[in-house]
Amino acid sequence: MAIPISYNIRNLKLRKGLTIMTALGIALTVTTAIFLMALLAGLQRAFVSSGNPNNVLVLRKGSEAELSGGFDASLFPTLTTLPGIAKDSHGQPMASGELVVVIILPRKDGTGEVNVTVRGMMPDGLEMRPSAKLAEGRWFQTGQREVVVSKSIRDRFSHANIGDTMEFGKGSWKVVGVFDAGGSAYESEVWGDVNQMASDFDRQGGYSSAYVRATDPVAADALKNRVSDDQRLKLEGSLETEYYAKQTSSGAPIKYIGIVVAIIMAIGSSFAAMNTMYAAVAYRGREIATLRVIGFSRPAILTSFVLESLLLALLGAAAGILLMLPFNGMETGTSNAVTFSEVVFALRITPEVAGAAIVFALIMGLVGGFAPAWHAARQNILNALRG
Amino acid sequence: MTLSGFIVRNTFRNKRRSVLTLISISFSLLLLTLMISIWRSFYVDQVAPEAARRLIIRDRVSLAFFLPAYYRDKIRSIPGVTAVAPLTWFGGRYIDDRPEHFFAQLATDPDEYLKVASDKIVPPDQLKAWQQDRAGALVDVTLAKKYGWKLGDRITLQGTIFEVNPELTIRAIYQRDPPQNALYFNAKYLEEAVPWFKGQAGWYSTQIGSSGDVARVSGEIDDMFRNSPLQTKTESEKAFQLGFVASLGNVKAFILGICGAVVFTIMLVSANTMAMSVRSRTREVALLKTLGFTRQRVLSIFVSESVALAVAGGVLGILVAIPVIWWLTRSFIALGVPLAMKVNLQTAGLSLLVALTLGIASGYLPAFNASRMNIVDGLRHIG
Repeated sequence: MAIPISYNIRNLKLRKGLTIMTALGIALTVTTAIFLMALLAGLQRAFVSSGNPNNVLVLRKGSEAELSGGFDASLFPTLTTLPGIAKDSHGQPMASGELVVVIILPRKDGTGEVNVTVRGMMPDGLEMRPSAKLAEGRWFQTGQREVVVSKSIRDRFSHANIGDTMEFGKGSWKVVGVFDAGGSAYESEVWGDVNQMASDFDRQGGYSSAYVRATDPVAADALKNRVSDDQRLKLEGSLETEYYAKQTSSGAPIKYIGIVVAIIMAIGSSFAAMNTMYAAVAYRGREIATLRVIGFSRPAILTSFVLESLLLALLGAAAGILLMLPFNGMETGTSNAVTFSEVVFALRITPEVAGAAIVFALIMGLVGGFAPAWHAARQNILNALRG
Repeated sequence: MTLSGFIVRNTFRNKRRSVLTLISISFSLLLLTLMISIWRSFYVDQVAPEAARRLIIRDRVSLAFFLPAYYRDKIRSIPGVTAVAPLTWFGGRYIDDRPEHFFAQLATDPDEYLKVASDKIVPPDQLKAWQQDRAGALVDVTLAKKYGWKLGDRITLQGTIFEVNPELTIRAIYQRDPPQNALYFNAKYLEEAVPWFKGQAGWYSTQIGSSGDVARVSGEIDDMFRNSPLQTKTESEKAFQLGFVASLGNVKAFILGICGAVVFTIMLVSANTMAMSVRSRTREVALLKTLGFTRQRVLSIFVSESVALAVAGGVLGILVAIPVIWWLTRSFIALGVPLAMKVNLQTAGLSLLVALTLGIASGYLPAFNASRMNIVDGLRHIG
C-alpha cells in the first residue's frame, strides 16, 4: 500500500524554512532556464510567423539570403510572365522586385549602433504582406523619399516617429507611417520605394530579390519549381515561409550558451535538493522505521520520498515560472545570422516553455531525491527505532 | 585540540552533507568564474600591444558592402601605417551547413596578410608556398587537426555569397593562442572566379607603427573618405570583434543576470546547510556555553565553518573552471571570436572573495540564533 501524499505535504510544511530555501534554489535555476527558452521561443516565433505560404521568394541561383541575392533587373519582367502568378488589385501579376540593404542606426538609449534591414519594394510588396498592418500614419508613396517603420523600430531608435526624418543612403527620408508586423521578422525592418532606394544605394538595374504570389500554397509550390527550372532566368525560388524558418539558426549561439549555463546550475541545484532530502530522511529515521513496522513496504517508502522531492521541485518550478511571468513580452534584439542585421523579438513564455521548465525541475528533483529515498528505504528498522 | 582543528572537524562531521554542499557551491562558483572571465575578456583585458596597434576599416553603413580596392593605397599613404591587408568574408560551406562545420573563411592578400596578423606563427617555407600558389590556403592548426588536413591536401568550399566553389590546396598551417578556426585564401582567386567582385574587399586590416599614432591615423582615415561614395568606419580590432558579440543582444545584462542568480543560489544553499547543521547541534551549543565559551566565540565557530565550506567550494569551482574555459575557447561555441579567455589571478581572487563573503553572510543568521540560545533550553532540546 502506498503512503498517502498528504504525509509528504505535511512534512514539507513542517520544515518551512528548509522547504522554502531549497525550493527557491530550484526556482532560480528554473528562472534561468525559462529565460533562455523564452528567448528562443520568441526568436522562433519571429521567424516562423514571418512569410506568407502563398509567397515565393526568388533569389539568384546558389544564393542563400536576400542580402547576397542580387540579380539583373531585366530578368524581372520575364519572371512575371510565368504562369501561376496571382493577379493583384489592378489585374496585373502580383510580383515585387525588392532591394534589401542593411544600415546602421544608433539605439535610442545610447548603447551603441545596430544594423537594421531596409527594404525597398514595389507597390505590390505591401499587398503581398497582409500580415503587416498599418498602425499609424499611411504607407509610403511610390516615387517619394518616404519610409514606413515597424513599431519596434520606432520604439528602439531615435528619429523614427511619424514626421521625423531618417538619414541614410544619400540623404534624408521622411517617416510617414508605422506598421505592426505581429512579432514576425518584418518587425525589424524599414520599408520604402524600391526605385528611390536603388538610386540611393547605387543599385539601379538590379534587385536583391523578388517576390511572386501564387493563389494558394499548392500552387506556390509549383510556382517555386517553375522559377527554379526556367533556363532563361538562372534564379531560384523558395517558399517565403521556408526561407524564414531556416533563419531560426540565428538563435544557435544563445542556445549553446544557455545549455551550458542551465546544466551547470541544474547540477548545483540537484545537489542542494539532495542535501535537503538527506536531512529530511535523517530527521525522520524513527518515523520511517515506524512506518515499516506498521506494514508499509520498502518500495512504498522509496516512492514516498521520491515524491516528496518531486513536490519540492514542483514548488520550485511554480515559483520560478511566477518570477519570470512579468518578463513575458519583453522586447529584445539579436543579430540575424543571415542578414547581419538586428532582429527584434519578444520573450515568450509559452505553455511549452513552462512545461519544459517543469520537466527540468522534476528531473532535478528526481536526481536529488532518489539517493536519499533509497537510503530511507534501506534503513535497518531496529537501529532506526532505537536511534 | 586547537580551535581551528575543532572547526575543521565539525565542518566535515556530517561528511555527506558537507560534500553535497561543497559540490553544489563549487558548481555555482564554476559558473561565476566563467562569467567573470567572459566579462574580463570582453570589457577589461587589454589586447597585446601589437594587436592594440591594429585598426579595421570597413564600410560605415554595413559590413555587407564592399570597399573599393583603391582605398588600400590611399590608406597606405597615411603616415604611421606600416601595412594594409584586404579581408573578405567568404562565408562558404564545408561538408554541410551544420554549426559544427562552421569556420571562418576569408579571402586576403598572402603577401601582406601576416604583417597585420603577427600573432599568427607560420613557418617561413610554408608561408612562401602559400604566397606562390594562387589556390593555396592558410589554416589554423586546430582546424587542420579537426578535419585531418595535411600540407598538400585539397579541399573544396561551397560558396553561398559568391557563386564559386573554390578548390584549395592546404599550403600553410599557422599557430595562434587561442586558436581561431579560420581559413585564409588568396583574394585574387576569388576575383578571377567572380567577375563582379573584382577590385573590391570586405574590409581592410591595418597595422600602425607606434601606439601614439593610432588615434590620429584612425581619425585621418575616416576624414579622408568622408566625401567618397562609400564612407568608412575605422575601429580597433577588438572593437570590431566585439561588435559581433554585441549584436547577439544585451550581453552585459545577460552576464550580470546569470551572476546574480548564481550568487543567490550559493547563498541559499550554504545558508540552508548551516541552518541544518546548527539545528542538529543545538544541545552542543548549550554545552559549549556551559563550558564557558562566550557568545562571540560560538558565533565565530559557526561562521568559520560556513566560510570553510564556501571557500573550499570556491577553490574547487575555480579549479574546474580552468579546463572548462580552455575547452570553451576552442569549441565551436566560441564562434570565431578569438578572445583570450583565461582564469587569471584577479578572476580567481574575485570568485574567492564572493565565496568568502557569501560564507560569512549565510552562516551568520543561523549562528547568531544558536549563540543567542538560552543554555537551559538548549540542553533540553531534543535533536
